[in-house]
Amino acid sequence: MARIVVTVMLKPEILDPQGTAVRGALTRLGLGGVADVRQGKRFVIDLEGALDADREALLTKLAGELLANPVIEDYQLQVEA
Amino acid sequence: MSARIGVITFPGSLDDSDAARAVIAGGAAAVRLWHADTDLQGVDAVVLPGGFSYGDYLRCGAIARFAPMMGEVIEAARDGLPVLGICNGFQILCESGLLPGALIRNNHLHFICRDQRVRIEAGDTAWTADFAAGQEIVIPVKNGEGGYVADARTLDMLQAEDRIVARYQGNPNGSLRDIAAITNESRTVVGIMPHPEHAIDPLTGPTADGLAFFTSIVTTLAARVGA
Repeated sequence: MARIVVTVMLKPEILDPQGTAVRGALTRLGLGGVADVRQGKRFVIDLEGALDADREALLTKLAGELLANPVIEDYQLQVEA
Repeated sequence: MSARIGVITFPGSLDDSDAARAVIAGGAAAVRLWHADTDLQGVDAVVLPGGFSYGDYLRCGAIARFAPMMGEVIEAARDGLPVLGICNGFQILCESGLLPGALIRNNHLHFICRDQRVRIEAGDTAWTADFAAGQEIVIPVKNGEGGYVADARTLDMLQAEDRIVARYQGNPNGSLRDIAAITNESRTVVGIMPHPEHAIDPLTGPTADGLAFFTSIVTTLAARVGA
């Protein structure tokens, strides 16, 4: 069993209105000094069996085609176990 | 023989019936196409309607872009098939790489639904041939993720190549450079965030200003046959 975690974040230069709203809420709820909040996505993918090179290559490709839109998002792929 | 224009229905499409009605009002025959099929049935052009394909899961249009029918559309569009993507259809066109940039959450976070004034900037695309550049029209806008974004280089390129098809007069969602619609290099693929198909008849829409998108494609296709 292999677990791959893909983290997707809006690129720094893309406005994140949801993050901005969360920042406002944190501040209203008493947290001082919130400079910035960015909201992203985390995909936890469990594969049957070990992660072979073919599946890893395909997953890496699909991370950039399906899970993230590289026009507006950066993504990171991490093999956990 | 009148032009045949396909309207694709995805799971979660909402405006496919209005789009088909607009196609007919524009003087063409509407051919209803199903996302899971792979036969474009020889249509002369395609409309990708508004709605929430696949529930907008992942990102708007991200899953629809991989629908079997979209595979056919992407290939045909690269060979010159005219495609109009409205709202969710615009998002699908960006996700599929047929148009540059992306559409993100409105800057004020609200779903917006109102009659919107836009200025037609390019009257020479396959879908705007019956407009004059500079013409102002009023059609409905209704979206939650309609903010058009692209990097500065792409925006400059769109502007330099006259590929910004329409601009908002009073930006409803934070779209960069007030962009409401853009086109591809060959000016055959157009993505537009507001809804021309909801404004083809004063009885049910704010105006009939949207009808010209659907007469434009008939004009364009007729000129192709004549050429």
